Amino acid sequence: MDPAIRVEGLGKRYRIGEFEPYATLRDAIASRFSMRTKKAHERGSPNAGAAPVQASADYIWALRNVSLTVEQGQAVGLIGPNGAGKTTLLKILSRITEPTEGWAAIRGRVRSLLEVGTGFHMELTGRENVYLNGAILGMTRAESESKFEEIVDFAEVRDFIDTPVKRYSDGMRVRLGFAVAAHLQPEVILVDEVLAVGDAAFQRKCLGKMGEVVSEGRTVVLVSHNMAAIQNLCTVAYGLSHGRVFASGDASDVIAQYLESHDRSLPVPLASRTDRRGSGKIRLTSFSIAGAISSPTTAQCGVPTSIEIAYRGEPALRNVDIDMLFFNRFGECVLVVGTSFVGKDFEKLPRQGAFVCRFEKFPLLPGVYNVNLNCGINSIAADVIKNAATIQVVEGDYYRSGKIPSRGYVAVPYDWEVTSPSEPSQTEPPVPSS
Amino acid sequence: MSTETPSKQITVIRPTKGWVRIHLRELWEYRELLFFLIWRDVKVRYKQTVLGIGWAVIQPLLMALLFTVVFNQLANIQSRNVEFILFAYMGLLPWNLFAKGLTDGSRSLVTNERLVTKVYFPRLILPSAAVLAGLVDFVIGLGVGFGLLLYFGRWPTIAVLLLPLFVGLTAIAAMGIAFWLSAIDARYRDVRYTVPFLTQMWFFVTPIVYPAELVLQRVPEAWRWLFSLNPMVGVVEGFRWALFGESWDLEPLWWLSVVAVVGIFVSGILYFRRTERIFADMV
Repeated sequence: MDPAIRVEGLGKRYRIGEFEPYATLRDAIASRFSMRTKKAHERGSPNAGAAPVQASADYIWALRNVSLTVEQGQAVGLIGPNGAGKTTLLKILSRITEPTEGWAAIRGRVRSLLEVGTGFHMELTGRENVYLNGAILGMTRAESESKFEEIVDFAEVRDFIDTPVKRYSDGMRVRLGFAVAAHLQPEVILVDEVLAVGDAAFQRKCLGKMGEVVSEGRTVVLVSHNMAAIQNLCTVAYGLSHGRVFASGDASDVIAQYLESHDRSLPVPLASRTDRRGSGKIRLTSFSIAGAISSPTTAQCGVPTSIEIAYRGEPALRNVDIDMLFFNRFGECVLVVGTSFVGKDFEKLPRQGAFVCRFEKFPLLPGVYNVNLNCGINSIAADVIKNAATIQVVEGDYYRSGKIPSRGYVAVPYDWEVTSPSEPSQTEPPVPSS
Repeated sequence: MSTETPSKQITVIRPTKGWVRIHLRELWEYRELLFFLIWRDVKVRYKQTVLGIGWAVIQPLLMALLFTVVFNQLANIQSRNVEFILFAYMGLLPWNLFAKGLTDGSRSLVTNERLVTKVYFPRLILPSAAVLAGLVDFVIGLGVGFGLLLYFGRWPTIAVLLLPLFVGLTAIAAMGIAFWLSAIDARYRDVRYTVPFLTQMWFFVTPIVYPAELVLQRVPEAWRWLFSLNPMVGVVEGFRWALFGESWDLEPLWWLSVVAVVGIFVSGILYFRRTERIFADMV
């Protein structure tokens, strides 16, 4: 039988600067001129060739020479660290972006799920969004209609189906988004890290649904950091690192190889990340969390925690600031922690070292977050890495009350009291009324 | 999208170069998505407004009234043998469809960034949907326009049968420009600053608040063709002709505008397809 997916020598090259979201014509014209002077400058600088990623290198390969075969009805896992090219590969296979070289051929109807609830409109009701999202994911109106009841039941939002989605809790939005996607009927489905949504019970349900999809004989390509999910669902896996396949074969073997090569007790390496931008005067080299839990990507809510971001830079840098941006599963920024907000602009930085951010009580509520790192010198981007790390925050007793909120993303310290209107300025708690 | 026999369909993915052909069959398969995107834009447009769809009527009516006061009463511009307010209103209707379509369409790739970076579909659908969503406002405005015509005792002639042609040309012109601008906008955000300015200038080089012959009278014959290269000249004039019938004659030169419309539309599609491959990386 012909394979469902065949990929041959696939590569994707980005021009540095294409990650820059706001290009203007002026920049384009200016860069024509600056390219020459910059190159001349780099050649003369003693630092040239030292760092693996040079600001002068005009192109970077997010994916290079990737070949793989997926048989019909097979479930294949793609694993690897952040920035390894897994998502780029899925994006090429889903035709969202084009490869620079090589080719791929897919047999049958392909649908991809790179995000839950893509295209949801906040002003529309749940019902309207099911049809809209269905159409976006490639369902016909008739298909959406016939699956509608099933979708609503799966998402557990029946009572709110005619309420605008903006009034939904995050959990409900995610459930509805996944429910629509789970009822697609493609022959080949490409899934990117969307199983880690919702609460634990819903995650189990999602995994169960994916298992069903696999057992129905559909071809599945799954990207996940959840090794247990890959192990359960997939028979075959490919390990990706720096845009290349470093291991392939039986899923448990590849997982073992990956865990061995990317020791999870070591900090998240950033030095070899190519999807970065900035002047390059400083390079962030690793990210890790040190706290109650001995994993560099796991933090516990409410306990003393420090985050270390190692760097290497030009000598005696001044006015260096760094921001950590935490994003939730919807890609919304929920917390920014930066040096400038607390008035720390580092003067005379050692050439090598680490920025350490200490939290008395780690403020993020349990969940999975993506971290972007922005490092600037004199307020000019020096090193910016999107999705530098994916971290997991586990339950912890932030308020020492045994309770933390089940909604929202951040816990902050506060106190409550009751004041009475007759003595507005009184700070003493009022005497119980007679 | 269609439920064809399984495993027959093979998608081949490889780098494309230069001009990319247009997959009409694929566009057809995605017609439901086009419909849903139009539906979404229409549905969302007047959410949380008191007057709702009433805005589609109030805006052109008030503008036509204002233009009548300023250009007809104060500046003494005449509109052949049609009441000026009718003349202005019937110019504004296709113009608004065009200008709104152009504005929304040119931003459509950026406003739908999540879709562009997370799902595959023929991208031409996005600017098209943004333009076509304007048809709902247009049709409501047209209904009021017919009311005005009857109020002034003007019965449409047989020429009204050609009205859909000019409406179609308006939408096609807007789409053509939207294809160009949205493709450029994906890469260069300068477009968002250019569009308001562009539509304002375009408004004044189109005979909406003044009759076209005012220009023809003052421009030497050898240069008249230049004026009619503006696609909206022929479209607006043709639109009025279809409604006013005998009191309006159609200058043959305006057919050049139609050629311009088709030219912009076709070149827009070609340019869009050529740059489409970088959208997801750039938006």
